[in-house]
Amino acid sequence: MNRIDKLFQDKKERVLNVYFTAGYPQLNDTTTILEALETSGADLIEIGIPYSDPIADGPTIQESNGVALENGMSLKVLFSQLKDIRDKVSVPIVLMGYVNPIVQFGMENFCAKCEEVGVDAVILPDLPMFEYLEMYKPMFEKHGLYNIFLITPQTSDARIKQVDENSNGFIYMVSSASTTGAKTSISLDQSDYFARVKNMNLKNPTLIGFGISNAETFDKACENANGAIIGSAFIKAISEEGNLEEKISGFVKSVKQ
Amino acid sequence: MKVQVDERGYYGNFGGAFIPEMLYPNIEELRENYEQIVQAPDFQKQFNHLLRDFVGRPTPLYLAERLSEKYGAEIYLKREDLCHTGAHKVNNTVGQILLAQKLGKQKIIAETGAGQHGVATATVCALMGIECIVYMGKVDMARQKPNVERMRILGAEVRPAKSGSKTLKDATNEAMRHWINNPTDTHYIIGSVVGPHPYPEMVARFQSVISKEIKAQLLEKKGKQNPDYVIACVGGGSNAAGAFYHYYNEEDVRLIAVEAAGLGNQTGHSAATTVLGKPGVLHGSKTLLMQTEDGQVIEPYSISAGLDYPGIGPVHAHLFETGRAKFYSVTDEEAMKAGILLSRTEGIIPAVESAHAFAALNQMTFNPSDVVVINLSGRGDKDLETYIKWGKY
Ligand SMILES: Cc1ncc(COP(=O)(O)O)c(C=O)c1O
Repeated sequence: MNRIDKLFQDKKERVLNVYFTAGYPQLNDTTTILEALETSGADLIEIGIPYSDPIADGPTIQESNGVALENGMSLKVLFSQLKDIRDKVSVPIVLMGYVNPIVQFGMENFCAKCEEVGVDAVILPDLPMFEYLEMYKPMFEKHGLYNIFLITPQTSDARIKQVDENSNGFIYMVSSASTTGAKTSISLDQSDYFARVKNMNLKNPTLIGFGISNAETFDKACENANGAIIGSAFIKAISEEGNLEEKISGFVKSVKQ
Repeated sequence: MKVQVDERGYYGNFGGAFIPEMLYPNIEELRENYEQIVQAPDFQKQFNHLLRDFVGRPTPLYLAERLSEKYGAEIYLKREDLCHTGAHKVNNTVGQILLAQKLGKQKIIAETGAGQHGVATATVCALMGIECIVYMGKVDMARQKPNVERMRILGAEVRPAKSGSKTLKDATNEAMRHWINNPTDTHYIIGSVVGPHPYPEMVARFQSVISKEIKAQLLEKKGKQNPDYVIACVGGGSNAAGAFYHYYNEEDVRLIAVEAAGLGNQTGHSAATTVLGKPGVLHGSKTLLMQTEDGQVIEPYSISAGLDYPGIGPVHAHLFETGRAKFYSVTDEEAMKAGILLSRTEGIIPAVESAHAFAALNQMTFNPSDVVVINLSGRGDKDLETYIKWGKY
C-alpha cells in the first residue's frame, strides 16, 4: 500500500505536509531535515527539486532554489542522498519539481529511482494533466508512484471532477491565485471556493497549500480540508541563525500547537 | 509534410502548453476564444486600420541595388524597420491589445529584452488607455536605458526582474508569476512566438502580415510571389515566423534562419539554440533549449539583447528538425560588420538583431538570378550605444 493512502486511512484531519528545497541551506542537509521533520511531527514531507526557472514560486522558494543549485544539488545527488532514507524515515515522501530537469534525467528512469528509494508521489506543476495521461501515466503506475494534481479557485467544477478521477493520494488545493509565499494569510473570499470543493465530495483527500504560514492559517486550512502544506514559511524559518534541528522542531511545534 | 500547428498546440514534436494549473483558465480562455475573435470582420477591420494608419503598413519591399551587386543576387529588404516604434514587434502588440479588449481585460503585462517589445506594448496601451506593466531584466534595463525611458514616457511602469540572471528569460518568468497572481483582469502580451499554446501560433499570425505583403509586393515587382530565399534573424523567432508564414508550405522558397553565435559557438558565450540546445521545456512549451546536463537553463550571450534568449519558438524547432529551414549562426563581430556594411551601401542603420540576418549572406552562395528577401526587422536607433562601444567604423 502506498504510504500516502495509509496515512489518510489513519488520519483524516490536521495532516501537516512540510516542503523544503533539496540542497538548502547546505547541500547535505536533506536527510537531517527529513529526520527532524518526522521527529517533530510532520505527517508528510515534500522535497523540492531545485530548478533555474521556477515560475510557480515566489521569492523565498526561488532563492532557496538558486542557493541549492549553487551548492551543487541535482536529481542525481538527491537520489544518492535518499538511497537509505527508508531505514530512517517512514512518513510519505513527495518530490516536487519542474518538468525539464526530470525529462532530461529521463521520466522512466526517474520513476524507477523514486520507487527504489521509497518516494511515494510527485508534484510537477508544469506538467499538464493531458501530457501526463497521454505520455507518462503507465510509467508512474508501473513504479507505484502517484502524480499529485493542483486545483485553484479558478478551476471549474468540471475540471476538478476530472482531476479527482485521475488523482491518487491527495489533491493539492492552491488556496488563492498566487505564486508560493506571495500571501501570508487566508482571506474570507476563499471560503466560497473551500465550500464549493467540500460540497463536491471528492474521492481523494485534499490538502490546502500557498499562504499557510503559522498556527492560525494552519487551523483555518484544516477546517476546510484534511490538512495543509507549508513551504515558504518553513524555508524562512530554517534560513535563520541557529541549530537546524532545533529550528525545525520549533517551527513544527509552533504550527501544530 | 505541412508546417502547421495541431489542435494540441504542437508543431511536430514541439509546442504544447506546459503551464501550472494556476494559468490553465487563462490559457483555456485564450485558446477557446482567440480564433473566433481574430477572424471576426470587425476585428480584422480594426486590426488592418491600425496597421495601415498607426503602424504605417504596408512596409516597403526595397531592392537593395548596391548590396545586390556585392553579393551577386537580387536582394530585397522587407522594411519592418520603418514600422512605428522601429521594429516588427508592434504588429503583434496591435493584434494582442485588440484581443485583450475583446476579452474584457483591463490591464496588460509584458516582458522585454532589448526593450523593443516593451516599447511596442507601452505604445498600444497608451493608444487604448490601458494600464501597462513591463518586466525587464535588471541587467537589460542598464544596457537599454533609452528604451526604458521611452516606455516610461509612454506611461508604462517598468519593473526590474531581479531573479536569476536578470535578463529576458527572467523577465518572462516574472511576467508569468505576475499573471499567476492576477489571473482574471490581466492579459499577458508575449513578445515572440514562444510560450504555451496558443501564443506561438497567435503571435505568428499577427506577424504573418509580413509574408503576406512580401507575396503581393513581389508579384507586383517580379510577376511572381515566391522568392528563392527568405532570410530572417531568430531570437524567439517572431519576425522570422512572420516572414516565413505564407511560405512554410511553398517548397521552392528556401527559408533561412539566423541565430546569434555571440563570441563563437564553442566559447560558452553564444545564443545559437539549434547548435547548442536540446529538446526541453521552457516558458510553457517544449522546444529546443540551451541547458545543462541536469536540465537547468543556461544563460545565453549575444551582443544583441533581442537575440539573447536560451530557447526558440516551437515552430522553429520544428523547421530545424525537419530541415524545412536552414539555420546559420553569426558572431557579434560578423553582425556588427554587416550592420556597418548595410549602413554604408544602402544608407540604412539596422538593429543589431537584424544585422545578424545580413551577416549570413557571407556564408551563402547565390546564382545571379536568385531573388533574396531579407527581413529587416528593426532600425538601429536603439543600438547606437552598441555601435559606438564596438567602435570599429
Ligand atoms: C529588431 C528586432 N529584431 C528581432 C528581434 C528578435 O525577436 P524575434 O526573434 O521574436 O523576432 C528583436 C527583439 O527584441 C528586435 O528588436
